[in-house]
Amino acid sequence: MADRDTDALTGIETTGHEWDGIKELNNPLPRWWLYLFYATIIWSIGYFIVYPAWPTLSTYSKGVIGYSSRAELDRHMEEVKASRSAWLERFEAASVDDIVGDTELLQYAMAGGRTIFADNCAPCHGAGGAGAKEYPILADDDWIWGGTPEAIYTTLLYGIRSGHDDALESEMLRFGEDEILEPAQIEAVADYVLSLSGNGAASEEGQEIFLEQCVACHGEDGTGVADFGGPNLTDGIWLYGGSREAVISQINAPRHGVMPAWIDRLDDVSIKQVSVYVHALGGGE
Amino acid sequence: MDQVVDQGAAPSEKPRTPRTRRVQPLYAAHEWVYSRKVSGIFRQVKWAALVVLLGLYYVGPWLRWDRGEGAPDQALLIDLPARRAYFFGIEIWPQEVYYLTGLLVIGAIGLFLITSLAGRVWCGFLCPQTVWTDLFLWFEQKIEGDRVERIRLDQQPMSLSKAGKKILKHGSWLIVALATGGAWILYFNDAYTVLPDIFAGQASMPVYIFLALFTGTTYLLAGWAREQVCIYMCPWPRFQSAMFDEHSLIVTYENWRGEPRGRAKVGESFDGRGHCVDCNMCYQVCPTGVDIRKDQQLACIGCALCVDACNSVMDRFKLPRGLITYDSIANQTAREKGEPTQFRPVRARTIAYALILAVTVAIMGYGLLTRDRVEINVLHDRAPLFVALSDGGVRNGFTYKILNMERQPKTFTLRLSGLDGATLRVVGFAPEWTTEARLPVKPDSVGTFRVLVRSDREALSGASTAFAFQLEEEVSGQVHEYNAAFSGPAQ
Repeated sequence: MADRDTDALTGIETTGHEWDGIKELNNPLPRWWLYLFYATIIWSIGYFIVYPAWPTLSTYSKGVIGYSSRAELDRHMEEVKASRSAWLERFEAASVDDIVGDTELLQYAMAGGRTIFADNCAPCHGAGGAGAKEYPILADDDWIWGGTPEAIYTTLLYGIRSGHDDALESEMLRFGEDEILEPAQIEAVADYVLSLSGNGAASEEGQEIFLEQCVACHGEDGTGVADFGGPNLTDGIWLYGGSREAVISQINAPRHGVMPAWIDRLDDVSIKQVSVYVHALGGGE
Repeated sequence: MDQVVDQGAAPSEKPRTPRTRRVQPLYAAHEWVYSRKVSGIFRQVKWAALVVLLGLYYVGPWLRWDRGEGAPDQALLIDLPARRAYFFGIEIWPQEVYYLTGLLVIGAIGLFLITSLAGRVWCGFLCPQTVWTDLFLWFEQKIEGDRVERIRLDQQPMSLSKAGKKILKHGSWLIVALATGGAWILYFNDAYTVLPDIFAGQASMPVYIFLALFTGTTYLLAGWAREQVCIYMCPWPRFQSAMFDEHSLIVTYENWRGEPRGRAKVGESFDGRGHCVDCNMCYQVCPTGVDIRKDQQLACIGCALCVDACNSVMDRFKLPRGLITYDSIANQTAREKGEPTQFRPVRARTIAYALILAVTVAIMGYGLLTRDRVEINVLHDRAPLFVALSDGGVRNGFTYKILNMERQPKTFTLRLSGLDGATLRVVGFAPEWTTEARLPVKPDSVGTFRVLVRSDREALSGASTAFAFQLEEEVSGQVHEYNAAFSGPAQ
């Protein structure tokens, strides 16, 4: 180099960079660093040969030991499954009622069910089964399709209006839209329904319409019929809102939620565990 | 820019080799310290300290302590997989790790106290770095000979006998290092199981990794780094001078008596000159390569071997001992002025340290003696905070954990207080609403229960109502109360 700049004080060549009179000395890299760097280069050659490394047009070099992280994951999952096999066998043999009655299985199922619930159920039903508008609360004691362990298990297996052959089905008539009831009648029956949970007064007309139209599914006293999926109307717990407008709207043109069938999505042991977990959230019957 | 820490040659011994580079580098090159053998009282104290400390270290893991069935019987054990630490009759759970913190605080204040009293006792006699360096040095001296022979050996070209000596030395160092790392492993595993396993190749991978790690670090630190650890790596020498005052005992050279120094022959008169005969023995025996006559230095670890060396020389010249003394600055000044000397251990500084030490020991001791062997953790459900029930009541969910830290099963009765008419259920243990539930907990484990509490709306005062869980131990009748809050709809 023509204009070599040497630092006067140290006698070391500078890089030529200068900031406010401060110059950078061009010291060589520390030798240990350099040797480590060379060592890593040599190491990488071995790595290229032994492990998958180079992309090719349609695939990649597989490496001489045939390692693949995906295969390793599969192996780990197999190991996990094997380590759980003793438990899984016990769960396969037990009914959900058996599990609830067995402290040991119950603890295991609650731990497993918590994870399964968080992954699959919480998006609609909320963490801890807190529910959301139009998605039933699972933590309370109001069950549309029954809250025994077996009933919860059945609901999970086949779903509600899920399209599965064994799905739980119920449909409320569109009393207003299909002109089964006059608007005034709907208001009257809505007032009666609200009065069942102690909200406001009801007219005789409302009660008459209720006895005529609603008792088949909701029961004579309005406490619901779980076998038909008829909700309890007396407990102040409302899936689609408990205001007068909401109740009228639901009688006028009811909405119906859909719960998927889990039988084809989760294995039986998982469904049992999550059934027990939901039952243990607090409202189970 | 002279070096701050001068651990180079004594000035009169050999001139510094002129440096090839014009400017001193930022790092001082490691100049190997060839310390000379010495005998005397402090050397004996150091050997005694070495034997006692290494003895404790190596015997420790083999002591047994019966804790009953299912519990490890090793007296000193940190069982990381099981998350328990054992110290004879004391068992520590992870959440009690503050006892370890307390131990460290006590250790630190003890260090301050002993430093303000007697200088760098820790550095010179007790520190593992010092003890292992001493042990390594002992092997070095046995194999390669004393200072002069070692210097000569290192200057020789490589020969069969030199190679043999070096191999022997490093081999013996590695064996000591292996035993050191090995013994450390024993504190974390059952000693009687893991030691045969290590040799049989059946111990776990972490055991071998840590064995290699401790072997490597011991070999490097005690064999190669030595005084470099004290001078450059250890933070303690940097601030230990804050504990010193003029009454602290330290290793010093009595300048007033020694200077002007000069070579002397036995029988010569010392009139008109200092007592230092410039024999450099103090420098040659120093394990950190310090010339103590250059006044107090950071690199001096206060091991007092130079005192031993100088005393033996003073004896030869029939001069009074103590030209290099382990004494206070105040006494040195007093001697210079011909005043009487005195050791003053009781000073404001030492009283303060002793007081802090006593208070810390008392607090930790009281905490340990009165600590509860049952602990309760309660987690309120976050989602949902509360659940409105069909009958108008309100329900809260809790995860109730009972830590049974004793080695026997226990049964508890759980009740509620502070909420009128409240009832509870425990999933799997009390399926119906009740006022009390029996909860069994296995020995040495955490019982986790899902507890549901139900209250009428009328009993609640707004969004949060205070209440308490009362847990009664069935055998002892001891009641553990846990204050909690019951969530409900805002009113």
